[in-house]
Amino acid sequence: MADKKTLTFSIMDAPYENGRTVTAMRLIDIAARRGYDITVFAYEGAAALSFAKQEPHANAVHGRDLAEEDHPVPREWVAALIKTAEAHGGKLDWINCGLCVDERGVAEAVPGTRRGSPADLWKAAESSDCTLIIGAK
Amino acid sequence: MPKKTLQVIDAGYRCTIEEQDDPAIWITGAMKGAGGDLSLLLCGNAVNYAVRGQDASGLSFGGRKQTQPPRVDADLTKLMSKGVAVYVVQEDAVERGIETGELIDGLERIPRAGIAKLFAGFDQVWHW
Repeated sequence: MADKKTLTFSIMDAPYENGRTVTAMRLIDIAARRGYDITVFAYEGAAALSFAKQEPHANAVHGRDLAEEDHPVPREWVAALIKTAEAHGGKLDWINCGLCVDERGVAEAVPGTRRGSPADLWKAAESSDCTLIIGAK
Repeated sequence: MPKKTLQVIDAGYRCTIEEQDDPAIWITGAMKGAGGDLSLLLCGNAVNYAVRGQDASGLSFGGRKQTQPPRVDADLTKLMSKGVAVYVVQEDAVERGIETGELIDGLERIPRAGIAKLFAGFDQVWHW
């Protein structure tokens, strides 16, 4: 692919807390569908986005049972984006900051993700065409 | 040659107690150790990080004492000792009633109007 790009993202918001997470997922999804090589460094609260034990729930206020509610859980987004990148000839290297994982107790992450450190963010950024940091506020 | 990167921090004290530091300052130090060519710009509320002698010690919840409070001013001094330039936007400090004499040594003060020129001197600008 002549216009294949290598991109790095670092995100910080915990699941379900902020629209910035969805914005980041939109951008990563676009990049994955273009077959780009992507690194995501999930820092601080974002280290919980790929936590394997997230569970959806029914919603009585919405009047929907578990199946009907089809509640999105971010770990599914992460897993799906990894597959999407591969399916389009690219890759998504999802790295969870190790110390952030430890202090939040979210070590069990979905397959395809890995534990890392700030050195991984720096290394990925050095070899990327562009790096975007989406910090928490 | 590493890419010259400016880290911009404008939010202050979001999680400094639990993390015992500011995560953006911390990661700057970690990446510097990994070979990064980094500088730091404090603006907005984050300019308060450069106030000398701030003390968050003594916190205790239900008897669980915080034995290691954040010491962000010391963290910035340590970063500078490792060769990371730390810039502060002058107007943001003035607007918050922070006088020059209250700030740690070694900072580079820039006017708000000088931010764009500062950015132009870097390969990358990361806004945390």
